[in-house]
Amino acid sequence: MSFDIASLTLILPELFMASAGLLLVVFGAFLGNKSLASISWVSFWVFLAAIFMVLAADWSPVTIMNDMLILDGFGAGFKIMVLAGMMASVLLSLNFVITQDGLGRFEYPILMLLAGLGMLIMIMSNNLLTVYMGLELQSLSLYVLAALQTKSLKSSEAGIKYFVLGALASGMFLFGTSFVYGYTGSIEFQAIGSSVTALASGEAQALPAGFILGMVFVLIAIVFKISAAPFHMWTPDVYQGAPTSVTAFFALVPKVAAIALLIRLLHVPFAAAVDEWQQIIWFVSAASMIVGAFAALVQDNIKRLLAYSSIGHMGYALIGIVLATSYGLEAVVAYLVIYMFMTAGTFAVILMMRKEDVPVTSIRDLAGLSSYQPAMAYALAILMFSMAGIPPLAGFFGKLYIFKAAIEADFVILAVLGVLTSVVAAYYYLRIIKVMFFDEVANEEIVFVKSKSLRVLTWGSLVFVVGFILMPSPVLDFAQSVISGLLG
Amino acid sequence: MILALSFYLFAAVLVVSSVMVISARNPVHSVLFLILGFFNAAGLMVLLGAEFIAFILVIVYVGAVAVLFLFVVMMLDVDFTSLRKGAMQYLPLGAVIGGVLLFELITIFGAWTFAPTIQDNIVNEIAIGDSVTNAEALGRLIYTDYIVAFQLAGLILLVAMMGAIVLTLRKRAGVRSQKVAEQFARKPSDAMEIKKVTSGTAL
Repeated sequence: MSFDIASLTLILPELFMASAGLLLVVFGAFLGNKSLASISWVSFWVFLAAIFMVLAADWSPVTIMNDMLILDGFGAGFKIMVLAGMMASVLLSLNFVITQDGLGRFEYPILMLLAGLGMLIMIMSNNLLTVYMGLELQSLSLYVLAALQTKSLKSSEAGIKYFVLGALASGMFLFGTSFVYGYTGSIEFQAIGSSVTALASGEAQALPAGFILGMVFVLIAIVFKISAAPFHMWTPDVYQGAPTSVTAFFALVPKVAAIALLIRLLHVPFAAAVDEWQQIIWFVSAASMIVGAFAALVQDNIKRLLAYSSIGHMGYALIGIVLATSYGLEAVVAYLVIYMFMTAGTFAVILMMRKEDVPVTSIRDLAGLSSYQPAMAYALAILMFSMAGIPPLAGFFGKLYIFKAAIEADFVILAVLGVLTSVVAAYYYLRIIKVMFFDEVANEEIVFVKSKSLRVLTWGSLVFVVGFILMPSPVLDFAQSVISGLLG
Repeated sequence: MILALSFYLFAAVLVVSSVMVISARNPVHSVLFLILGFFNAAGLMVLLGAEFIAFILVIVYVGAVAVLFLFVVMMLDVDFTSLRKGAMQYLPLGAVIGGVLLFELITIFGAWTFAPTIQDNIVNEIAIGDSVTNAEALGRLIYTDYIVAFQLAGLILLVAMMGAIVLTLRKRAGVRSQKVAEQFARKPSDAMEIKKVTSGTAL
């Protein structure tokens, strides 16, 4: 199907976000940085409106714009997750950006809006060219956001590091794409898929090494974006250096979009190469779990610790992808939903904490928190227990679904490795709780910022984490409908 | 014959000048070699019949990007020799990785099997021998079938522009900048004082 005007109505959420972003740029250019709060709220409502537009659309699969984009239930489900994560990120940043020196720029929410648009394009792309465009739109906005606090040396360092390594990853993506195109003659997902099937069942009965090389390079670029080991090197530095609200955004949203893209790539164009990619993802998953568990043990900075923790979480999520079963993928979606709730809550608590008017970043600063701020200490403790995967909290069930799916699909080694690394990882989550509850109060007490949006996020996340055991079915039904949109 | 000769000429100069870009001691020479490389790449594009891309390469890369590079290299006070000092210690590792990649590529080229469907997949969007020019043919595709990618490229450029402004523009105090509105708002009475001078007296 070639281009026609009617298909524009199908990408209404994206068009709406793009035009809102352009209008907000003009708005901000005239009103200056004092319009930051209003622009943030407008972008919050834009994300909400986009969610309703996605919900209102028809979810039966259709490719549009010369088969460059695909609309289906899988994409719609992940779009809702990304947009909800964007809304949470805006709420997380509202208070922080205004109080931080040099961060209160009106471009902040607009860059987030454009990054969100890039992620939606990644999720709905049906062609390696659109994948690249979405990837670049997303990453370029993220690089700028990481470096936004120009007065802080660490923030600039984070921006440069992310930019250089991200550019390398983009280069690898293009290199891999050229190989895939060379062997299959197409960059469109369905055409690649049928060509790979033909290649695999041809005379040689095996895929040519050149094609596998191309696939590996494409996958490396995506795995870099979800910061899984061994392509995780940028994560701790960028998470530590970037302003905390930006770190929260990095941890919450881009990974979800990249996982959606990874699942689509593995199950549409590279579906026939399942034996080959299973080995790669198996290794990446195992390495991420191990790195996430062991490297975090020695961290003193909360943001660095959460960076390693997110690497570990991505390792668990990748287990579900290795299995290549619909049950495994459903577990991934459920895991991601739970991960997003936990991360949003944890960062909301961290963003509230200030010591001598400086955001708290060191774990030692939390010492004795329970004696003077018991409510917040218990909130953070519950979130940490959930991250560690201790029943009956939501984090436990996320891991449970993944491991159960792994054992059903005969990936016992990966499941055992997952359980062992979560035991190791439990140590550093419990250490935060130990510092809060059993250590002596440090000389200066932490002051909690009064922010309604952060409080709402914290309590919302706590209610989800604690209440998941009572009502898990909405998340599971959602996961099932998302995956059935891809696999039918 | 001439085609083959000119191909080898362009290709050889391109390879040599690319090597010189990274090995020249003087960074200004590096940029000049880069410009030479762009010219030869443009020559290769002309041989392929892609004259529009060749012109774009010369206009955009030589005319704008490389000249900008040249200015940056000349204006910035960067000591390139000290930057390069540590680089030699990574040479063995780099050589090993490069060698492994080269070996892999050679083995891949040994086993050359394409998908049987490849001929159907490769779409000739423009019939060969059609009389449309390069630019027109590109325009027909970019503004129709590939409109999504084209518009997204525009958004990416917008983000790049916003990023450059937000990261580098800062307000300096005490800069005497021109305030057009103030200049326009000035009335003759603000600047001039008209005095009646009666003849024969001093002011």
